[in-house]
Amino acid sequence: MSNIPTDLKYTKSHEWIRVEADGTLTVGVSDHAQQALGDIVFLELPETGRRVDAGEACAVIESVKAASDIYAPCAGEIVASNQEAADAPETVNADAYAAWLFRIKPDSAPAGLLDAAGYEAEIADA
Amino acid sequence: MNHPARRTPLRACHLAAGARMVDFAGWDMPVNYGSQIDEHHAVRRDAGMFDVSHMLSLDLSGVGATDFLRRLLANDVAKLKAPGKALYSCMLNEAGGVVDDLIVYRLSEAEYRLVVNAGTADKDVAWIRRHIAAMGANTTLESRRELALIAIQGPRAIERAMGAIPELNTANGVPPPFSAARLADLLIARTGYTGEDGLEIAVPAVRVEAMWNALLAAGVRPCGLGARDTLRLEAGLNLYGQDMDEHVSPLDAGLAWTVDLRDGERDFVGKAALVAKPAQHAFLGLILEDKGVLRAHMKLFAAAGEGETTSGSFAPTLGASIGFARLPLGTTAGERVEVDMRGRRLAARTVKLPFVRNGQVLVDIDRPQAS
Repeated sequence: MSNIPTDLKYTKSHEWIRVEADGTLTVGVSDHAQQALGDIVFLELPETGRRVDAGEACAVIESVKAASDIYAPCAGEIVASNQEAADAPETVNADAYAAWLFRIKPDSAPAGLLDAAGYEAEIADA
Repeated sequence: MNHPARRTPLRACHLAAGARMVDFAGWDMPVNYGSQIDEHHAVRRDAGMFDVSHMLSLDLSGVGATDFLRRLLANDVAKLKAPGKALYSCMLNEAGGVVDDLIVYRLSEAEYRLVVNAGTADKDVAWIRRHIAAMGANTTLESRRELALIAIQGPRAIERAMGAIPELNTANGVPPPFSAARLADLLIARTGYTGEDGLEIAVPAVRVEAMWNALLAAGVRPCGLGARDTLRLEAGLNLYGQDMDEHVSPLDAGLAWTVDLRDGERDFVGKAALVAKPAQHAFLGLILEDKGVLRAHMKLFAAAGEGETTSGSFAPTLGASIGFARLPLGTTAGERVEVDMRGRRLAARTVKLPFVRNGQVLVDIDRPQAS
């Protein structure tokens, strides 16, 4: 079944979030999400410097099957995008927690994130 | 789920092979067994098999069967001079729209097998029965839901299948391309939906699990509906309900070659409408030159006006995104068009279909391959 590391936070829309030592947030998609998407063939990642609102669609994952939006977990500024993942989208299938998508410098601490148990319950209900 | 999905007799085999199951036209079907791209490559390079038991086999027999089918179908079964030959055809409504697309096999002088889509099967049976009655045709229709169907496809499909299915090793066990052979309780057809050589075998449900397992042991890889879709897209083969339906003329869906107007004496359902209204659109392949993935129903901007994609996906054999495009009449292969993708205009190029046939890429791919 799905791998849900306990040191990460999650959203109901299947992003994972890691709070870095400098206060920025690294964002990717969960293992559950990559399984549901199937073979991933293209990533459209946000430009560095872009301002995003909480819940704003700011990246797109295209699998063979469909296109899916990735949402910003909080308002802030994009400070990095993972070009290596964009060049090799299949790495998101191989390890969804290593292939991060973007980093965001939050305006304030994000609210409403799920812990691993909360996310596990969320996907069990789906 | 509102209603339990229908299951094919191979469901246990799919689950044992690690299938991810999805609802398709009311059927619980495998979409992939892990990686749809790996399954796609298995069919282009070696051999893969698909459970297509959701499709329905129909038998038409009787002295009036030939005349009836000549009136029911837009293609002309009179081409099937020898028993065993197969023909692809659309079944049209009076307005010239496509009720379904199907394969018809001539089994003997007065016996035909039709294989129709799962999502349209009930509608098709009602449609055919209504026309038998209305035309007073001397033919009977029998639905063969007890038959399962396995498609074995790829350059090594026949070789591997011969190691798994004893009937294939008898005289005439492997029919010539676009033909079928009846051997005991099997109908073995040299047809498919992938652009590769291979077989489609109709087999009684009670035997199908053993056949699947023998094919598996012979090295044929299980492939899901996901790979089936990218394979048919590369092969330039239409998908009913997506590239054409009851409101689309075959002449606007790249299927003019299946409409046979040569016998001026022959009337068929929808003929008058097609003659009165020739093609309104060009139907072409599309290759995306910018990064992204084409999907169905994206808006297109060509020199002669607007159009839309009817299908689109990532094409594993090409390492690029491709689609089918319905464009203004006069648009030809080799033109630049723009695609609206999430509000941005991306560059694409029209090409002649198909993109791939028998493992060979038939179109120019300018951009470097992804892998």
